Amino acid sequence: MASVGGVASQHHEAAPAEAPDAQQDFEVVPRRGLIGVAIVFVCVVAAIAANKLWPLAFLHFVGGASWTIIDLFLGFVLGPILGSLSVPAKIEMTKKLMPKMVLIMPTVVTATLAAGWQLGVHLGTVQSTYYHHGWTVASFIVVGVMAVIALGLLEPANIAVLVELKKRRPDPEVIEKLMKRFIYTAGATGVMQIATLVIMAKLTVG
Amino acid sequence: MQATRKLPPVTEVGMLSLALIVAGGIYLSAHLPRHVPLAPAVILLAASALLLAGNLLSLTRVPSFAWSRFFEIARWALLAYVVTAGMIEYAFVRDHLSGGPLLVLTLSLVVYAVHVPVLIAFTVARYYDPSEATA
Repeated sequence: MASVGGVASQHHEAAPAEAPDAQQDFEVVPRRGLIGVAIVFVCVVAAIAANKLWPLAFLHFVGGASWTIIDLFLGFVLGPILGSLSVPAKIEMTKKLMPKMVLIMPTVVTATLAAGWQLGVHLGTVQSTYYHHGWTVASFIVVGVMAVIALGLLEPANIAVLVELKKRRPDPEVIEKLMKRFIYTAGATGVMQIATLVIMAKLTVG
Repeated sequence: MQATRKLPPVTEVGMLSLALIVAGGIYLSAHLPRHVPLAPAVILLAASALLLAGNLLSLTRVPSFAWSRFFEIARWALLAYVVTAGMIEYAFVRDHLSGGPLLVLTLSLVVYAVHVPVLIAFTVARYYDPSEATA
């Protein structure tokens, strides 16, 4: 995985090019996007309440696929590209990308896990009497590790880099450090998603 | 860069605390619907809660920590994580989980809903000088 890097060595010449006010013209949490988040959460709660196979499977599959693809894309495609950009371009990209990530990732993860758990209850795959119970527990462990990484490293880095960019004089070293942390952890969870795909394929075919 | 200040290992301790409640949750989930001995899950939860308390205590001892920024971020993050914890709790109640397992999982969600906002707010506030003018 390529570094997001180079900011520390370049920021002295790049920083003055950034107009302070232009740095702050974005929302850390895009308010309009909250409507979409609310719609997804209402759908998840409705699907759990109804306990019907189709909506639960739909939300779990769409959420899980999105989670996997976003993690792999960030870690292995966008991360290296971001690393090769100039500092102003990197900051501009961060300002556009990260507010969306603030909403997308927690929503996708919550929808996947909540719908997935209920789907498992509906199908009986989370019961200890299920004949592939070991595989189910393995999926719990993989998801648990991914959740700890996402909650402890990825999400705080996401918020912190945006708040840093809101400062009158953002520190490019801090942005560099936090973006690296975000991209690397997204890549790491993306690799772990492959283990989830193996387990899910096994559970699907029996 | 503010991060060069000597700070307690809040992120590392926070991740360990989250790992403990996740382990407790997996332990309980792996036994359903059979009777589950609660002691291991309770021990994991207690250790996780202690780490949360330790994290908060260690933060109070940091000189010149940007508390106003910390609380500004923490309160919004808390709102978001209470919503997600509420959804998970709803799924447990919907599935007729009750008694000791429900209590342990509910308290685990409380630790989760408090500790994640602490980690987010800490990561933001560590890069702030309290005297710094903010946007």
